[in-house]
Amino acid sequence: MEPTSHSFPANARAGLADPVLQTALGLARTGFPLRRAQAIARLPEFEELREEGRAIKDHTLANLDFYLELYERNVAAAGGRVHWARTAEEACAAILEICRAAHAKIVTKGKSMVAEEIALNEHLEANGITPVETDLGEYIIQLRREPPSHIIAPAIHLMKEQVADAFREAHTELDPARPLIDPRALCDEARTVLRPRFLAADVGITGANFLVAETGSSIIVTNEGNGDLTQTLPRVHIVITGIEKIVPTLEDSATLLRLLARSATGQEFSSYTTISTGPRRPGDLDGPEEYHVVLLDNGRSALLGGEFQDMLRCLRCAACLNHCPVYTAVGGHAYGWVYPGPMGAVLTPALVGVHEAGHLPNASTFCGRCESVCPVKIPLPKMMRHWREREFAQRLSPPVYRSGLRLWAAVAQHPALYHALAGIGSRVLGWAGLYRGRFRSLPLAAGWTSVRDMPAPQGRSFQSLWAEQQRRRGRVAPRARS
Amino acid sequence: MTTARDEILGGIRRALWRGPLPADKAAELTERVVAHRRNRIPARAAALDRAARIDLFVAMAEEVQTTVARVSSEQDIPAEVARYLAAENLPAELVAAPDPSLDVIPWDARPLLRIRRGRAEAQDAVSLTPCLAAVAETGTLMLASGAGTPTTLNFLPDTHIVVLHAGQIVASYEDGWDLIRARAGLSSGPPPPPSEPFPASGGGQGGGLSPQSGDRAGALPRTINLITGPSRTGDIEQRIQLGAHGPRRLHVVLVEDAPAQG
Repeated sequence: MEPTSHSFPANARAGLADPVLQTALGLARTGFPLRRAQAIARLPEFEELREEGRAIKDHTLANLDFYLELYERNVAAAGGRVHWARTAEEACAAILEICRAAHAKIVTKGKSMVAEEIALNEHLEANGITPVETDLGEYIIQLRREPPSHIIAPAIHLMKEQVADAFREAHTELDPARPLIDPRALCDEARTVLRPRFLAADVGITGANFLVAETGSSIIVTNEGNGDLTQTLPRVHIVITGIEKIVPTLEDSATLLRLLARSATGQEFSSYTTISTGPRRPGDLDGPEEYHVVLLDNGRSALLGGEFQDMLRCLRCAACLNHCPVYTAVGGHAYGWVYPGPMGAVLTPALVGVHEAGHLPNASTFCGRCESVCPVKIPLPKMMRHWREREFAQRLSPPVYRSGLRLWAAVAQHPALYHALAGIGSRVLGWAGLYRGRFRSLPLAAGWTSVRDMPAPQGRSFQSLWAEQQRRRGRVAPRARS
Repeated sequence: MTTARDEILGGIRRALWRGPLPADKAAELTERVVAHRRNRIPARAAALDRAARIDLFVAMAEEVQTTVARVSSEQDIPAEVARYLAAENLPAELVAAPDPSLDVIPWDARPLLRIRRGRAEAQDAVSLTPCLAAVAETGTLMLASGAGTPTTLNFLPDTHIVVLHAGQIVASYEDGWDLIRARAGLSSGPPPPPSEPFPASGGGQGGGLSPQSGDRAGALPRTINLITGPSRTGDIEQRIQLGAHGPRRLHVVLVEDAPAQG
């Protein structure tokens, strides 16, 4: 999909004004963090596991070439095949070629954010192949022809009424008078409609939560069982995933699995964790005859060794989205591409460019909750600051903003001047606001005062009060060096 | 012509400011892989004795809507299956895994129970399978695909019944990995898990334990399913619904054999 991250301010305003979105986000704001907190409270080792999870990922990234080659050898030894893709186009082309060789007409898909990243559905459709999303949330947004708004709950921006509308419009073969009043009925309808698709599909495509170098296996973590039907019933199973998903051993995957479900949905363990290795074996009564893994780089390797390497630890659990005051206010579509929230604010500029996505790392209050809940301790606020620096250095921010920052920097580098100006400013504002104690509007500060009052300063700066108190106690306040 | 593979691996090495790993470093990493070193395992299950481990498995499984019926021997399985199907208002008809471990169950005791052996087809409503192990930590069943244990049985039918022997309940996923490696003929690094040794196959204990003829030497089975409760979704208004695409019901028949000797 074409990114619209450059329109974040307009997208965000639209999100804030959308009553359905606000109701839906209200459910997410309370539900996810509560369930996560309850799950973590039951596991005293959680903090220690976070530290180990971070170390496993760091170790793997530092030796990524070694583990990828080991993984490839073990996939081949088990009868599967690895395809390397530098770009989204190469990944789409590799998948299309496999589908064509299989004479595929219908392709079922488990939920994969990498498939969204490479816009796989559009590519398959343009080439006469019908992709069918089978995860309930993905199916809903596919019917509505819109992108996911959350990396683990793609339809989180909708309420059941919108889902019912989409189903009535799409499932014209069913009785139009049927009641579709609750999630149960909607879930049953999707199950009924999708079951024949599972059985008819020629190729099944899934993502991967982890790749295990030791065994050449891919692991998916799901709750619905759609990923398992997708990869078991068709003749061909294709895994599409990023090169950073690799871990050395099954033991390492176990540690990360303990972190993943708790961080994502607050479950002790997801309903289905499935480890797939190669195609079906002689004597097996089911399972795919071909097993392909498409390994996507698409800008990931360029993040190694630099200030954004830590981002490659990401497990895609969405805890940072669920705890972000900005994401839970504006929703995922505002971010304008595949990855929203704090992880998207760091990853999107890396993958589509800071010129397109420069707004995203600025859409943060730096409250730090994202980093504090991240299961692999990714320093998200720090990396958003790195993007802001790059945006400034590449002269991408608006001129007024840039000259304002430059002026502030010039003053801040001269503490005496800074104290003098700040002293004058707080005295003037304090005097002007003496009567009401607050301002309804201020020149140059409409961004603040258009939605809330600005409290008036008391008239003295903290620095001068501090200096005076020190003098009264008979100490000499340390003079600011200039 | 450089391939995508060479370019990606080359890009990784450039970004990391080095060439391919020197032999000694590669040997060190290989050693890390084959050692199968365990990371921290939560004390929740690891510290328990056999009886407490079984109880923890049952409690954790029931927490996620798995139902568990304890029976005292394999002789009681047919009666329990018939009782469960009747109680759930399901027809007395099922498809069972062709695994030999289920052969010893005396199905003759319930002649009205119609049983087909094989993989699941679209019309099958109830399946019955063995499992490789169960993990007490989170109430998780571990099933491995093979000639006798097709994966479709775990996902296509509305109701999945699993025969689990108490001796198959291990503490952690890591204990399960060791069992899987042993079954696949892969070397297992660390000594056997601290929990009781897994009972030897034969005598109907467990399913798909011995290496099967179709296995690729040194490879894991095609599919290993870790199953923790029936299928579910929270994709509409975050309200959990069971039976999204996989089974609506997951029932475990827990056979409480005597502890293995030795």
